[in-house]
Amino acid sequence: MNASPNGLSDARIWTRLQPVVATALVAALIGIPLWLVVATAGKSQSEAIKPDLSPPTDWRLLENLTQIWTDAKVPAAFLGSLLILVPTVAGVLVCGSMAAWVLARRATRFTAFLYAIAISGIVLPPAVVTVVLLLRQLGLAGTAVGMIGVYMGIYLSTVVFFVTGFVRTIPVSLEEAARIDGAGPLLVFRRVVLPLLRPVLATATILICLYVWNDVFYAFFVVGGRLDTLPLNLFRVASAGLYLNNWHLIFAYVILMSLPLIVVFAVAQRKIISGITSGAVK
Amino acid sequence: MPTAVDTPVPDRTLPRPPSAGAGRSATRAITRRTHPLWFLAPAFAILLVFFFLPTLFNFIYAFTDWSGFKAAINPVGFDNFTDLASNGTLFRALRITIVYAVLVAVFQNLFGFLLAVLLERDTRLNRLARVFFLIPVLMSALAVGYVFQALLKPDGGLNALIGTVLSRPFDYGWLADNTWTIVVVALIHSWKWMGLSMLIYLAGLKTIPDDVIEAARIDGATRWRTFWAIRSPLLAPAVTFNVATALLGSMNGFDIVQATTGGGPARTTEILNIFIYRTFGQGLFAQATTMSLILFLLVALMAFPVIHLLRKREEVLS
Repeated sequence: MNASPNGLSDARIWTRLQPVVATALVAALIGIPLWLVVATAGKSQSEAIKPDLSPPTDWRLLENLTQIWTDAKVPAAFLGSLLILVPTVAGVLVCGSMAAWVLARRATRFTAFLYAIAISGIVLPPAVVTVVLLLRQLGLAGTAVGMIGVYMGIYLSTVVFFVTGFVRTIPVSLEEAARIDGAGPLLVFRRVVLPLLRPVLATATILICLYVWNDVFYAFFVVGGRLDTLPLNLFRVASAGLYLNNWHLIFAYVILMSLPLIVVFAVAQRKIISGITSGAVK
Repeated sequence: MPTAVDTPVPDRTLPRPPSAGAGRSATRAITRRTHPLWFLAPAFAILLVFFFLPTLFNFIYAFTDWSGFKAAINPVGFDNFTDLASNGTLFRALRITIVYAVLVAVFQNLFGFLLAVLLERDTRLNRLARVFFLIPVLMSALAVGYVFQALLKPDGGLNALIGTVLSRPFDYGWLADNTWTIVVVALIHSWKWMGLSMLIYLAGLKTIPDDVIEAARIDGATRWRTFWAIRSPLLAPAVTFNVATALLGSMNGFDIVQATTGGGPARTTEILNIFIYRTFGQGLFAQATTMSLILFLLVALMAFPVIHLLRKREEVLS
């Protein structure tokens, strides 16, 4: 195949065409759904009954946002989400990186077995129904503590997996230097290892925030009806007869709920992208 | 430095250099002290109580008549399984779940890969486009479901758009077709996660240094050939990760299906988790537990061969 002249012109056409194709794809695949959300959230109730792509005759986005904020008790759900998210993330990061450090450094058959057990949760689905029974027996049914425990049980595997891989790339000599100065394992872990883990802990934080903030399935089983989180609240709002087909309010809620994550993402976009990808391909 | 197995090693001694032949047990004695096993305790305690114990309970309560209607729980043997199998629910839910998972794995990887190839160069426009494709990844799956429920209604935005293009009214019920709705829902699931697959593929494409590609080009390889012979093998780890996470994520899926179809029409999109949710809500706890156990077994049976197979392919290629 005589490719050089042909290939070159192909390449040149592609360089010209690529920005057009990319822009068109973004507009069609992302732009249309996002526009639907924003436009519908800006409409009045009568206009939003049939959610189409037309722009609202007059924008009432702010009114709809404030209406859903007060009507659906969004602040309580927001606090509920935070109350569960923060301890969960802190807990999995601390417990997970402690375990991962020792699992990465002690290369015996036993620790390899323990590692396999610890990361099996990445693959295996949690037992959502019986966990309710167990929490009832522990007196934790419907409580934030129970929910935090369940999330930690589900996402510890992810942290152990990411951090163990990362610890293996850190030279042991850094720890040894501290040890020679007489530091015990707890001090070595806190002063030497934990600061070095920062990039991988950032990645894990993002992933777990994403899962926990958006989860509705596990929350429904564990705290449904007892404690409100944003997704549970949205689920209730959208399924309630009172709000049925009130698309303007549902989409106003979608905007409120997605905004915190999108703001965080916009601020730390580059770090997040490099964090997510570095864990997966190596 | 002491070499005997039981000689205590003082804390301040330098660990033995790895070149020394004897004394693996001495280094082990050191690691035992410098990396104590009790560091594992908090993580494993939580895993045990909140993950493995409920899983164990699954294997017990699936064989009982536990329900919301009475206090007593009695063993009933395989009754739950035979009931679910005899009325066809079991195999139907299994089939739907597997079809859904495979469709998602195919679509999500196809879209993610095409996007990665399209947006590979680091121009400003491409960077911006990547950020846009990550927005669905950040959104809650429930919200994504509602967006598409609105978009795909018979009188919704998509049909209006198609109608304008065809210049005649178009009112196909995307979410009301007994045969094709499962494909539509799988497409929505893939739409939500394709940005993540794209990122992973982009990172995979970047692992190859430019000078290798340049060398291949100087040797006369076409772009096509460079791609297949040099770059695609290096994508193997990314493929492993993406296929495995897409398969497992969709088998464990719930939100998108619940928010778009709720399992309908005529229960043709009722994947296992929707069934579990529905029966649990009806107080049929034993049935829900049985399906939960079946999901566990299905994922366990499917996950390990899939990961093993993909890993093996990686080794062959590298």
